Amino acid sequence: MPKGFDMTFSLKALAVALGLAAGAALAPAPALAAGEAVKLPDVRFSFNGIFGHFDRASAQRGFQVYQEVCANCHAMHQLSYRNLREIGLSDAEVRGIAATVQIVDGPNDEGQMFERPGRPSDRFRKPFANEKAARAANNGAYPPDLSVIVKARENGAAYLYALLTGYEDPPADVTLMEGMHYNKYFAGHQIAMAAPLNEGQVEFHDGTQASVEQLARDVTQFLAWAAEPELEQRKAMGVKIVLFLTILGGLVYAVKRKVWADVH
Amino acid sequence: MASGLHKSEVSNPVLRWIDARLPVVTMMQKEYGTFPTPRNFNYFWNFGALAMVNLLIMIVTGIFLSMHYTAHVHYAFDSVERIMRDVNYGWLLRYVHANGASMFFIVVYIHIWRGLYYGSYKAPRELLWMLGVVIFLLMMATAFMGYVLPWGQMSFWGATVITNLFSALPLIGQDIVVWLWGGFSVDNPTLNRFFSLHYLLPFVIFGVVFLHVAALHITGSNNPLGIDPKGPQDTLPFHPYYTAKDSVGLVAYFAFFAILVFFFPNMLGHPDNYIPANPLVTPAHIVPEWYFLPFYAILRAVPDKLGGVVLMFASIAILFVLPWLDTSPVRSMRFRPLARPFLFTWLVSFFVLLYCGGMPAEEPYVTISRVATAYYFLYFLVILPLLGRLERPLPLPESIARPVLRGGGPLPAGAVGKPMEKA
Ligand code: HEC
Ligand code: HEM
Repeated sequence: MPKGFDMTFSLKALAVALGLAAGAALAPAPALAAGEAVKLPDVRFSFNGIFGHFDRASAQRGFQVYQEVCANCHAMHQLSYRNLREIGLSDAEVRGIAATVQIVDGPNDEGQMFERPGRPSDRFRKPFANEKAARAANNGAYPPDLSVIVKARENGAAYLYALLTGYEDPPADVTLMEGMHYNKYFAGHQIAMAAPLNEGQVEFHDGTQASVEQLARDVTQFLAWAAEPELEQRKAMGVKIVLFLTILGGLVYAVKRKVWADVH
Repeated sequence: MASGLHKSEVSNPVLRWIDARLPVVTMMQKEYGTFPTPRNFNYFWNFGALAMVNLLIMIVTGIFLSMHYTAHVHYAFDSVERIMRDVNYGWLLRYVHANGASMFFIVVYIHIWRGLYYGSYKAPRELLWMLGVVIFLLMMATAFMGYVLPWGQMSFWGATVITNLFSALPLIGQDIVVWLWGGFSVDNPTLNRFFSLHYLLPFVIFGVVFLHVAALHITGSNNPLGIDPKGPQDTLPFHPYYTAKDSVGLVAYFAFFAILVFFFPNMLGHPDNYIPANPLVTPAHIVPEWYFLPFYAILRAVPDKLGGVVLMFASIAILFVLPWLDTSPVRSMRFRPLARPFLFTWLVSFFVLLYCGGMPAEEPYVTISRVATAYYFLYFLVILPLLGRLERPLPLPESIARPVLRGGGPLPAGAVGKPMEKA
C-alpha cells in the first residue's frame, strides 16, 4: 500500500469536510426565514477588506447626522464624548460638543441632584429616561441603542445603509398596520421608524451635498466605527501577524525538513 | 550519592539537585525527549498537541477576561463591551477567547476523526479514548456556559432552550430545571453559577488531559498503519523529530486562528448576541454555536422531546462503547476497504447534521436530519459490529519501518542508527 495514497485521500476528505462546515456556519440561516430577506444593495465602505480603515471626514459627518437626527430617538450608551477624538475631532471640538448637552449629576453635598453641562468623559446622553418613556414617545415601538447595531445585524453596515435608503410606497397588495412604514429591507417590511433621512436635512460643515444616500453612507460609517472602534488597529495588527507567521512557517518547515532529512 | 535520591543524569548542578529529589527533568526527558514514537505519523498527529496549546490559550485569556468581566444580568453585556473598548487589548483578549472556543472544537473534531479513521480507540487504548470523550463532554459544558456569559439574546435563549431539555425527564424534570436555574427562569443566579462553573471546568479538563496523556504514555501512540512498533527501527525519539513536526502544525494553526481573530472575529458568532438579553423578546430562530449544531439537529430530528434528548446524549455516549462495537482487529481504515466508505459516509452524515442544525426546524431539513441521524447510529450499532466479521482486511505490512522506507528494501544502516544515538 503506497503511503501517500490514503493520507492524501483522508486529507482531501478533511478539506472537503472543513469546506462544508464553513459553508454551514456561514449560511445566513437565522435571518432568512424571518421575512424573505431581500438582496442588499452592493455598497462598499472604506473599512471593508484586509486593509480597511475609517474615513474620518465621513465618520464626522455621520456623527453630525446621528446627533441632529437619530439621537432624538436612539441612545448610544457605550460611547463617551471623549471617544470622538478617535475620528479626528480636536479636544476643543469634543469639549464643545459635550457642553451642548445637560447631564444630571449628583448628589451634591446637600444631597440634591443637579444639572450641569456635559464633559468629554460623559457617556452620550440618552434621549429617553428609560425604555417605557422611549416606547411611549414612539407608538409603542422601541428605538434600539445604536452603539453596536452594526455588529448586531447580519451584514451590519450594508444592511444599515439599505435600511436607511430602503423606504418606498408599499406594493398594492400590502396594507400597512397603523403607524408602520414600508421598508424593502426590514424583516417583515413593516417598520415603526418613519424614514429618518430626507434630502438636505443636515447642513454639513464641509459643504458636502446632503442627499439621502450621502446621509445614509456617512451615518453608517459613523455607526460602524462606533461598533468596532478597534477595527483599524485589529486589521493592521492582523496583516503584520499573518506575514510574520508566514515567514516563521517557512523557517520552521525548513528546520523540520532538515531534522527529518536522515529519516526518509 | 545518598540513598533515597533519584539517580539523575542531568549535568547542570542546580537542575541535578532538584532532579535527584523530584525527578521532573528526567520525566520530561523520558516522556517528551527520548519517548519512542512511531516514525510514520502524518500531520493528523499534530492535533493532540494543538488541543493542549488551545486549552492553555483559553485558560490564560479567560483569566484576564475574568478580571474585567461582571457576572450580573445588569452589567454583564456592558462589561464585555467595556473589555472591547476600554481595556488595553481587551478586544484581542475577547476575540481570541471567543474564536479560541471555535478553534478548540475544530481541532478536537479533527483529533477525534483521526481516532476514528486510524482505529486509535481499539485495544489497548480504550481507556485513553474514553478519557478523550470525557474531555469532549466537559468542553461542551464549558463552551455552553461561556456563551451565556456575555448575556446577549442568544446567550439567554440558548441557555433557556438547553436547560429546558431536562424538563423532558419524567417526574423530576421540572424540579431539576428549577434547581439548575436557581429560580423560576434563567436569571441572575443562573448567570452567576454558570460563571463559577465556566471558570472551574477548564481546570477539570486540564486534569483529565493529564490522565489522557498519562494513559497515552503507557500504551504509546497509534500510527497511520495501525500496527504496533516492533522495535527501535520503527520509532523515533519524540525530540527533535516530532517537536519539529508539531511546530510546523502549530504555526499553521496560529495562522488560521489569526485570520479568524483579526479579519473575521464575528463570523462564527451570531449577530443576535450583540443585542442585550431580553426575556420578553424571543429571537426568530434560536441557534446554538456552530459546534453544537450536529447534536442540536439530532435533538430536533425526534418528534418526542424526551426521545430527542435521549438520542442527543446517546450520540456522544455511544463513543464510550465504540471500542467494543468495532469488532475488527484491524485498526487503520487503510486496510479495511469495506469499512472505509461507510466511515466516510458517517462523516458526511455528521456534516449534514451540522448543516441542518443551523436551519429552521421545517421541511426538508427535518427529514434530512432524520436520515442522517439514522445513519449516524446505524454506523456504530450495526455496520461496524457486522463488518468486523464480514470484511476481509488487506494484508498488514510486516512492520512500520518497511513500507515507510521507499522500496521496502533492507534498511540503510544510518537511517535507523542515527536517531537512536541522539536518544
Ligand atoms: C422618530 C424617532 C426615530 C428617529 C429620529 C430614528 N429612529 Fe431608528 N428607530 C425608531 C424606532 C421606533 C425603531 C424601531 C422600529 C421597529 O422595531 O419597528 C427604530 C429602529 C431602528 C433600527 C433597527 C432596525 C432593525 O433592523 O431592527 C435602526 C438600525 C435605526 N432605527 C437606525 C436609525 C438611524 C441611523 C437614525 C438616524 C438617521 C434613526 N434610526 C432615526 C425610531 C427612530
Ligand atoms: C475549555 C476552555 C474554555 C472554553 C471552551 C471557553 C468558551 C467560552 C465561550 C464560548 C465564551 C463566550 C465568548 C463570547 O461570545 O463572548 C466564553 C466567555 C468567557 N470565558 Fe471562557 N472558555 C474556556 C475557558 C475559560 C477560562 C479558564 C476562564 C477563566 C479563567 C474563562 C473566562 C471567560 C469569561 C470571563 C468570559 C466572558 C467574556 C466574554 O464573553 O468574552 N473561560 N468562554
